[in-house]
Amino acid sequence: MYIKNLSLVNFKNFEEADLKFSANLNCFIGNNGAGKTNLMDAIFYLSFCKSFISSIDGLNIMHDQDFFVIHGRYHRLENEENIYCGLKRGQKKHFKRNKKEYKKLSEHIGLLPLIIVTPSDMNLILGGSDERRRFLDSIISQYDQVYLDNLIRYNRALLQRNKLLKQFAADRFYSEESLEVWSDQMVHYGKLIHEKRVEYLQKLQPIFQHYYELISSGKERIEMVHESKLYDHDFAELLKESIPKDRLLQYTSVGIHKDDILFNLGDYPIKKIGSQGQKKTYLVALKLAQFDFIKDLSGMTPILLLDDIFDKLDKYRVEQIVKLVADDHFGQIFITDTNREHLDQMIEEIEADFKIFQVNDGTVNEVTK
Amino acid sequence: MITEKFPSRLLENAVNEFAKLPGIGRKTSLRLVLHLLKQEKSEVELFGNSLIQLRTEIKHCKVCYNISDSETCNICSNPNRNSEEVCIVENIKDVMAIENTQQFSGLYHVLGGIISPMDGVGPSDLEINSLIERVKSGEVKEVVLALSTTMEGDTTNFYIYKKLKDLNVKISTLARGVSIGDELEYADEITLGRSIKNRLDFESTLSQ
Ligand SMILES: [Zn+2]
Repeated sequence: MYIKNLSLVNFKNFEEADLKFSANLNCFIGNNGAGKTNLMDAIFYLSFCKSFISSIDGLNIMHDQDFFVIHGRYHRLENEENIYCGLKRGQKKHFKRNKKEYKKLSEHIGLLPLIIVTPSDMNLILGGSDERRRFLDSIISQYDQVYLDNLIRYNRALLQRNKLLKQFAADRFYSEESLEVWSDQMVHYGKLIHEKRVEYLQKLQPIFQHYYELISSGKERIEMVHESKLYDHDFAELLKESIPKDRLLQYTSVGIHKDDILFNLGDYPIKKIGSQGQKKTYLVALKLAQFDFIKDLSGMTPILLLDDIFDKLDKYRVEQIVKLVADDHFGQIFITDTNREHLDQMIEEIEADFKIFQVNDGTVNEVTK
Repeated sequence: MITEKFPSRLLENAVNEFAKLPGIGRKTSLRLVLHLLKQEKSEVELFGNSLIQLRTEIKHCKVCYNISDSETCNICSNPNRNSEEVCIVENIKDVMAIENTQQFSGLYHVLGGIISPMDGVGPSDLEINSLIERVKSGEVKEVVLALSTTMEGDTTNFYIYKKLKDLNVKISTLARGVSIGDELEYADEITLGRSIKNRLDFESTLSQ
């Protein structure tokens, strides 16, 4: 699956743009602030009905204008798909597939699979455990509707149990029986979620390690370590034992909502000991593993957006990434970079078809080879 | 809030009372009150009395705790109903929904809610102890759990199951054609009727 054409009207800093892409590699070259990332965002928009930068749609309309239009022509499963997104200030956004408006935007998500790697994804490595749990949960949920249902039910039971703990404290009252019935539910759903997390991490790990080794030439040993008390304790026992503590804290201190996934380099967390380059490599490898999962699930090769990821990576790693994604296994790729020379060198060595676009403050032009 | 100047304190009182009802704003309230003022005195008396009667004379059936005109409701006092089967529901709306399917000939037990700490409802706020007593008294052979499939409905089912499992009673639950999170009263008649006829042993649903 790939995007053939993209046209923009009043989208962010592009008053007008009309681009014809390569089905393989596409590079946006330009200075910081020229609008490279905005082009990536437009492509992202057509897959997810929203920006990956600002959650307020209106902010994507060009300053002093009152609407934007993003239009993309795709080649998907032997068919052409026309995807249109339009927004007028103060109105609801219109999203159309082949001129037919969607009733619900959620119906569109998944039609055009896409994976993006941006500098803000570094939160996955630098941020708290909830970022990593959400990453893992979102991968599994895309595969497994039952997992998502179980997760929703677990979180609901957790919410109710926490509420009850607060009430106990406020009312100076305690009923073991009332607490137990919520603990039982958490145990039931929590065990199912734990099993799936173990199973999927085992599947994800080798793919992830494979990509990391390819990019870094296998010099470093890396590992994702699932940290959960459920490995060597019975969840029901854990909840029971933590009652005195939970009553004091007025929330549930143990369970799969406390899991972490440690990203290790050797025996230590990469967050602490990794260089910028190692962390970026880690992130790219994770996202490429996710790419493989989505590819497998959807039966289509997702579009891959690599936004500004080459900064602070050494030349070797950059070349490895470009070589890797230019391989047949990947489909259409978009890359942004500030440095033309840098890019020319990389591209010389690959055989894939490519196009380069020069981006200057709101204009974009294809560079003839 | 709009502060209207009412020419009459009586009018203002009536408008205030109507506006306390769910979904009624002050504008609608005034419209309803003016409408009543145009009616015959006897009509309005009938209207007022029916409300007073409703509130003062309504009872809860002493067997099933459903809303009733008498000590024992129509369903519980009907000799043709099978008193060995008792269906556990949240409220009177669920009783009405199940009665509409005409697929259940047993009796009911109305809990008056479901367990939800977020709404301040615990087991002791519901008619659960009276249910246990009812089962212990011996006549009930089967309890059919028919609460919503929300987390709270499920949890209440489970709580009741744990309370009853050591007593000599069969515990079953609705076979569900309705998806997770749907409330019982929204299930369509045919689906609901079918699920109450094809009910499942509760314990067998626990491992799912
Ligand atoms: Zn009754």
